[in-house]
Amino acid sequence: MTNPDDLSRRTLLMKMGVLFNGIIAAVLAVPILRYILSPVAQERDQGFQSWLPLGELNQFPAGQTRFASYRNPVVNPWDGKTGDIACWVRNVDGKTFQVFAINCAHLGCPVRWFPQSNLFMCPCHGGAYYQDGSRASGPPERGLFEYHYKIEEGKLFIKAGEMPTPGQKTQSSLVTLETRRCV
Amino acid sequence: MRLIGQVGDWLDARLQVGQTLRETAEHPVPRDTASWFYVFGSAAFVVFILQIFTGILLALIYVPSAGEAWNSLQVLNHGIQLGWFVRALHGWGSNFMVAIVLLHMVQVFLFGAYKFPRELTWIVGVFLLLMTLGMAFTGQVLRFDQDAYWGLGLGASIASRVPVIGPAIVHLMLGGPIIAGATLSRFFAMHVFVIPGLLIAFVAVHLLMVVKLGINDWPMPGRVVRKATYVQEYHELTKKEGVPFVPGAVWKDLCFSALILLAVAACALYFGPFGPSGRPDPTIIQTAPRPDFFFLWLYAVLSLLPPSMETPVLLIGPVIALGVLLLLPFVVGEGEKSWRRRPIAVLSILLIAVALGDFTHLGTFTPWSPVMDAWSSDSIPPRFLHNRSALERQGALVFQEKQCHNCHALDHIGGKRGPELDSVAARRTQDQLIRQVIQGGGNMPAYGKNLSPAETTALVSFLETLRPEGQPAARDSSRVVVLQPQTDKPASTQP
Repeated sequence: MTNPDDLSRRTLLMKMGVLFNGIIAAVLAVPILRYILSPVAQERDQGFQSWLPLGELNQFPAGQTRFASYRNPVVNPWDGKTGDIACWVRNVDGKTFQVFAINCAHLGCPVRWFPQSNLFMCPCHGGAYYQDGSRASGPPERGLFEYHYKIEEGKLFIKAGEMPTPGQKTQSSLVTLETRRCV
Repeated sequence: MRLIGQVGDWLDARLQVGQTLRETAEHPVPRDTASWFYVFGSAAFVVFILQIFTGILLALIYVPSAGEAWNSLQVLNHGIQLGWFVRALHGWGSNFMVAIVLLHMVQVFLFGAYKFPRELTWIVGVFLLLMTLGMAFTGQVLRFDQDAYWGLGLGASIASRVPVIGPAIVHLMLGGPIIAGATLSRFFAMHVFVIPGLLIAFVAVHLLMVVKLGINDWPMPGRVVRKATYVQEYHELTKKEGVPFVPGAVWKDLCFSALILLAVAACALYFGPFGPSGRPDPTIIQTAPRPDFFFLWLYAVLSLLPPSMETPVLLIGPVIALGVLLLLPFVVGEGEKSWRRRPIAVLSILLIAVALGDFTHLGTFTPWSPVMDAWSSDSIPPRFLHNRSALERQGALVFQEKQCHNCHALDHIGGKRGPELDSVAARRTQDQLIRQVIQGGGNMPAYGKNLSPAETTALVSFLETLRPEGQPAARDSSRVVVLQPQTDKPASTQP
């Protein structure tokens, strides 16, 4: 026979057991969540956005748009080729440059430059951009993503490190193109 | 034989499941549900088992590393005996699984099986559909080629549009700032551990409910579901005209499943494995990425939506669709089950089928994408160049050199992004042609800055020759009035 007092004592012990497990679970959840969310927190890491050389200035003749690529600043040894990122460099007049991300501002497919018609065209959903990166036609809502650049010791550098996506409103490494619409 | 019996008895004395299994196998089902319409669920289950087996076999070789995955797929295709066949089985099994799950869903919807008391069975089924699609998408990523790489970029671009937390979702999805090793590793974990684990658990719950609640009775027009009486009626039905599931109904399931397995194997043998396409090297941009078959409709929708509609539709559309599916059994949990008395249900299925079919069809030939090499590889058909002046032929050269052909077809050759130009001169006057070329408009870029006046003149004079024989050129009637001699003007306008 079990007496009621005994039962309530055991119930209390069980409840304490549950509570104990709950506390341990909550304590463990902190490091686990931080581990899972580490890709988001990575933005604060040093070198996440870095100045990267694209090559000597003479590789980019004035008035032309040329293909270039760089190695992403944050990579793992097993990333293989995926750590190499492409971009388009436009030498506007010998002094001013524009460096466009390869990703279409619609859904990220690689845009191709056609020097004959001075257009960037996207093979996926038919987006097209003028030579200054502004939207020409198709589904993109905006112009191409543009990197900040600087020239040092005869080399062209861009600030990069993150795949540009349409949702990033204020991205430190990108120039906003909204004000530069082509007529 | 006696030994097997003894071993069986020994095991059952310890496991104590024999009685339950026997009762489950022999539970009575309504006689007319032993039907060829009731075989899709079991077939989906059998293909799922095939996927688990072939998946484990592939994991023996596959390397989930961004640098090596593509190479390991090449080894599977070419270096391991029959590796290509196992890959093909897994790839075709995936397509069959999505197709059968969809068929199963259509069948249970049309047969009213989601109504009381099987609401939860339907809801679990909706999640099973989502997981099946999740497996299809993550599986496409594991085939780590160009399509997978840019497909991830597409997924990231969609995810980034979620208000406020979009960029954080992108980082979580990619496992870092770019598509790289961490991305593939987490998709591997999803495809191999997380989703299959959930799938197994949800399939178990789904099956448990099918056994506990009984298979949906064959819908009869007029046999209306009422919460108060349904369970009683169902039990009377199974008592009166029930047959044991084994072997009364199961033989059709077995036959159909075997047939499906045979079809998967035949497709695998005949068509071979899917890809991989080019190396996942983002600096190789000569590629036109496209998704696997079951996501082609989405690819088409993304191309055809107006820019301003896209983000709302992408973010709100799935929520509404999921909401409708989940709420369906609660809103119409009672009433008629038969499709003969549910015209809206039948029309909805037809509408969705036609829409998905049409979008998928469009997705197979992507009329919205410029044909990137049409300007250099597709020539202008000779009949458009016969008996043309030097200026007009010069215009044809401009047409090719300025990549007009990438978006505009002549005689069905070339891009379909813009209208075909075979008869453009019958639709547009010279002024309109010049305006369109220089200013663009509609969906066309403006070429004003990229064409010299001489090139524009030549191009437009070529375009003016493009009309079917015997059809007059488009005429600007206002110009006729303006250029009319003074004497022809009506007398009433004179003072």
